[in-house]
Amino acid sequence: MASIKELSLQPERLVGGHRLCGGCGASIAVRQVLLGARDTEVVVGCATGCLEVSTTALPYTSWDTSFIHNAFENAAATITGVEAAYKGLKAAGKIAKDKEIKFVAFGGDGGTYDIGFQALSGALERGHDFVYVCYDNGAYMNTGIQRSSATPIHAWATTSEVGKVIPGKPQKRKDLTSIVAAHHIPYVAQASVGNWKDLVDKAEKAFAADGPAFLNVLAPCPRGWRYESAQTVEIARMAFRSKFWPLFEVANGVWTMKEVKEKELIPVVDFLKVQGRFKHLFKPEAAPLLEEIQKDVDEYYAYIQRMCAASAQ
Amino acid sequence: MPDITVLAATGNLMVSEALRQAEPDVIAAYPITPQTAVVEEYSKYVADGRVHTEYVNVESEHSSLSACIGASAAGARVATATSSQGLALMWEELHIASGMRLPIVMANANRAISAPINIHGDHSDVMGARDSGWVIMFAETAQEAYDNTLISFRIAEHPDVQLPVMTTLDGFITTHAMERCEILDDEVVKAYVGERTPINPLINGDKPVSHGMFASLGNSYFKVKKAERAAIDASHPIIKQVGDEWANICKRPFDYVDAYECDDADFIIVVLGSAAGNVRAVARDLRAQGIKAGVLRIRVYRPFPAAEVLEALKGAKAVGIFDRSDAFGAQYGPVGLDVRTALYDLPARIPTRNYIYGLGGADITIQTIKDAFDELQQLAAGSIDEGLCYLGVR
Repeated sequence: MASIKELSLQPERLVGGHRLCGGCGASIAVRQVLLGARDTEVVVGCATGCLEVSTTALPYTSWDTSFIHNAFENAAATITGVEAAYKGLKAAGKIAKDKEIKFVAFGGDGGTYDIGFQALSGALERGHDFVYVCYDNGAYMNTGIQRSSATPIHAWATTSEVGKVIPGKPQKRKDLTSIVAAHHIPYVAQASVGNWKDLVDKAEKAFAADGPAFLNVLAPCPRGWRYESAQTVEIARMAFRSKFWPLFEVANGVWTMKEVKEKELIPVVDFLKVQGRFKHLFKPEAAPLLEEIQKDVDEYYAYIQRMCAASAQ
Repeated sequence: MPDITVLAATGNLMVSEALRQAEPDVIAAYPITPQTAVVEEYSKYVADGRVHTEYVNVESEHSSLSACIGASAAGARVATATSSQGLALMWEELHIASGMRLPIVMANANRAISAPINIHGDHSDVMGARDSGWVIMFAETAQEAYDNTLISFRIAEHPDVQLPVMTTLDGFITTHAMERCEILDDEVVKAYVGERTPINPLINGDKPVSHGMFASLGNSYFKVKKAERAAIDASHPIIKQVGDEWANICKRPFDYVDAYECDDADFIIVVLGSAAGNVRAVARDLRAQGIKAGVLRIRVYRPFPAAEVLEALKGAKAVGIFDRSDAFGAQYGPVGLDVRTALYDLPARIPTRNYIYGLGGADITIQTIKDAFDELQQLAAGSIDEGLCYLGVR
């Protein structure tokens, strides 16, 4: 694990001048993840989404490293094609045997949990040496805050509206990190832009893994979550402190979690009430919904704890 | 004359052999009837260490072309193969491959499109891709599938083209029937196909490049598309140049079209792919009876060889255009639309009839082809009208 001083000397691969919103969690996630590659050359793949449209407006690019965008649902297939080319060109003697390149794909939750899920699963099963990073902001933010399977239960989104009979999204979010862990790849982790040290450390492990690695990074969105742009990191930290977003990893089948310390612990309502997408839950009649969310959060946290205990060596 | 191996082979085997000899750095493919034997055969080459290819067994055709796009952008020589529903699933990626100007060679076993589901040969799948910016060739025989596949690499990777190329053969009729075929020596083929010299590849050592940019602002999308139109138009002379180069080596002719007895023909049938042999057989019989029949087979379908088609058809009294797919809602089938558009440039009008034939692998018999030639004589005499008809539906 590098010190913050060492990290500050690393070259920036996603440079300034891009068109992402102020306070966007995606750019923070990308910059911290790429620090984990240290000095090794990196080729970046990207699904269609905010990150892609905001960093590659022709004729400009914000990427000071080779970059490819193909379409929405196929970032994993595309980057593994690049990785296959690297192997094939090595086998052909067209690039040096000792040349080391890392491959990483970024996709939002729409491009990963939903439309890109099949391509991701296929790429993981094939065992390519690459890192897939989902920057999870819990909705289709690029098209205007439509619900995805990562959207939390009872959250407002423009396709899971809050109305007289339905209080936001009726379904729970998909536990993608556990599903990826079920592929039994070398490294899987859940991280957050609110915990930079943990995230960079996990990114380093992901890049160092021999085979596929996956990071699910919570990346709050000021527009979609309805909060002021200066609050991104604070809200991401609250997601961790409330146990809403457990920080865990599955390294070669062993689950470990960064536990929330007692003095840091906050109720989930504290995390919810700072976001406009949950404001309808703070009317008196919605109290049972808040209780339901707290129960879900506690149950999920306990599930991760059980997985950690069961796989402890 | 280089050494050749003569063998009894299916079209699928000949495509596999051509791919083995061109030896792509990456093949990403997914099995589908009737292409399956191509990917199975290639798996053996990989398992036996006969090729250095990184062989990626993807989970769908969408991912196969997606991975090919990544690999081609990275700088690799890339190929794949598909058919029917697989080609349909690739639709989005077909346009991205050509829009990103990425050389990829894809063999397509031409097959019907659902619904209803049908695994047999027609051109419904490839015709759905005809305007997606790919160079497209139709093989008549297994031998030609081999030749076209090899030529495809030279077209795709040519510095002035840089486009994906589809090398197609008719499902079952050509993919599975066994014919006498010739394979040239590996060294001869490798010297012909050469190596790819990529332009601005992702993996290049020192210069970061961005591929697949966002072009929604200003005029940039429009400019890129104009350049794409220029590239496929520019491929026309290059196709002949690299095709002739191969023809000189293998001693088999190459041209955009294969015009059989068209010079003085009164009645010509235009056809693509495996049905051409039967049409020629009928034309030969008719010639023996004193009827001046001819056959124009189109081998390079995109870019459409309008000048060559016109040259062959210009003296005809009536033309029958055979289409092994329909373009529902349009006036004619796809080949009908293309050929009639080309004919508009002639000073004198030639009447045509557009025959939709052999859908879902339905047999095209000698008798039905004779019926079509009979109709062309009536059309020239003015006793029947132009139009579209389904030929041989029982």
